[in-house]
Amino acid sequence: MNFLYLRTLTTLIAVLLAVSSAKVVSAEAKIEIDKDVDASKLIPISLSGFTGEAQVVLKFDLEVAGFTTVSAETAQFNITGSNNGQLEGRVTDRINKATLLSVRYTDANLRTQAHAFADEVVQKLTGKPGIARTKIAFKGERSNKSEIYVADYDGANAIAVTSDGAIVAAPCWTPGRRMLYYTSYKSGFPDIYSHDLASRERKVVAKHPGLNTSAAVSPDGKRVAMILSKDGNPEVYICDATGGNEKRLTNTRADESSPCWSPDGSTICVVSSKDGIPSLYLVSANGGEMRRLRTAGVPRATEPEWSPDGKWIIFTAMWREFAICKVPAQGGTAEVLTTGEDPSWAPNSRTVIFSRRVKGRRVLSLLDVQTKRVKDVTESSGSYSQPSWAK
Amino acid sequence: MNSALFSKFLALSLILTVGAVGCKKIPRAPTPIPGPTRTTGPGPGPAPSSGPIVGPGGTVPVDVDPRSIRPGNDLTGGTKLGGREELDNFLVDRETFKQQTVYFEFDRSTVQPADKGKVEAVAAYLKSNPTHKLLIEGHCDERGTPEYNRSLGERRALSVREYLIALGIAPERASTVSFGEDKPAVLSSDETAWTKNRRGEFVLLKPKT
Repeated sequence: MNFLYLRTLTTLIAVLLAVSSAKVVSAEAKIEIDKDVDASKLIPISLSGFTGEAQVVLKFDLEVAGFTTVSAETAQFNITGSNNGQLEGRVTDRINKATLLSVRYTDANLRTQAHAFADEVVQKLTGKPGIARTKIAFKGERSNKSEIYVADYDGANAIAVTSDGAIVAAPCWTPGRRMLYYTSYKSGFPDIYSHDLASRERKVVAKHPGLNTSAAVSPDGKRVAMILSKDGNPEVYICDATGGNEKRLTNTRADESSPCWSPDGSTICVVSSKDGIPSLYLVSANGGEMRRLRTAGVPRATEPEWSPDGKWIIFTAMWREFAICKVPAQGGTAEVLTTGEDPSWAPNSRTVIFSRRVKGRRVLSLLDVQTKRVKDVTESSGSYSQPSWAK
Repeated sequence: MNSALFSKFLALSLILTVGAVGCKKIPRAPTPIPGPTRTTGPGPGPAPSSGPIVGPGGTVPVDVDPRSIRPGNDLTGGTKLGGREELDNFLVDRETFKQQTVYFEFDRSTVQPADKGKVEAVAAYLKSNPTHKLLIEGHCDERGTPEYNRSLGERRALSVREYLIALGIAPERASTVSFGEDKPAVLSSDETAWTKNRRGEFVLLKPKT
């Protein structure tokens, strides 16, 4: 018996800015299997009946989520369907032939339908929500100009949200809102702006003498941690979402960089060189002593980001080649995951987007932390870095 | 066995010799001044004059070595920055101090002894031209992550600024900007390029009249 039910997709794609629709990132992401991939953790599936863009999108989404595509005879689950105008899909357990999922989509475009189906497959087979319809922001550089871009998580539908013609850096989302904070040198100096993508309203958040950068919005969206040097040294400050009520959080004679928030909003993790080499430190968002976060086995830690479930901190080890590493949020032994930098967690606390340097340019890649599989999201010319995953 | 011992001895002697030679090159720092951070700079410079630019080997008396006010290895002084200069109000001159660009060691922000003369030359010029201001740009090589480098570049610019302040330049005359690794002087991924990219550049701001 088939449970063929119609499911109308509510409009899930919020319309982004219509300013410029420069499509910079190709959907045809190339597959790259890292030598460190833990193949035993990949779930074998087969994919048949889909064609063109729908097939490419589905395969990409499911591989990012920890599945591997094999023949129908060796797969644990068979995923079949079609995409003639609208996408239909079915998931069957190969052994007991039970139909686990059968869906048809009637709304939105084919690409979005494929993402929606991928999310349902992931939910059904792993019990966790998918991430195929989430957004990312990043710094994009083309012909010596950098702008902040927003795109689908796989790099498709990229749109430049700035047109400053200046150096831009460090985009960060306000949780649960279509709003970004970032750094722009539009004035000639690095200043922090907030940018509401729905209303297109842009405001200066910090424009002090010296450095204003690395904005990180608190989980409740009400406060912003940032790096300012106005008092003579790069330090962490916390202010209101609009820039007021600024409070200095650290007081060292070294420099700090890349603050991030714990998911409960109580603690800031930040990079400091105060004890000689760059390391991660925890400090209460209300102020107080900085406590060193142990990253045993991995020195020179930078760019921390707390996982949404609170369990892990992902960061970049600055070796000759940069490495993406994770460490328990309470500190401990750090694990090297792959080569790269600028990591940012997906809402699922499992997938991470990061950038890699390849022959003088940077590309964005997705890492499935559980299987260590890496897949590139960008293929076109240009350089893409500092990704931030909307949560 | 014997030969292994001998090579160990040889290696040790070599290290000791190099170490001793290396030590000789490091100038003895003046008496350390225990370092509370400054909040105000020294008074204004000498009376206006249109003195010549002092070359890289300029001789301005140095009474404070900014390195000596730092406990340990590489910490900046922390003199509060003055107001933001609106670049539109100035003639932005990147040429005058082109030869004074200072270079930094990997992951360090201390002004190197060999470059102190350059900063002193800039200080001398500023003392002779009291209406002129200075923007110090801090830059990094690509071997750091972007935001780490943005902070490091700022620390470099601030470290140069602290030295200028120690030389008697009023803090509000020197502002800073960090470009991190975003504006390399040389586009290449080798030691030669990195050496040239870890730098502090002086931009002269002449008031428009």
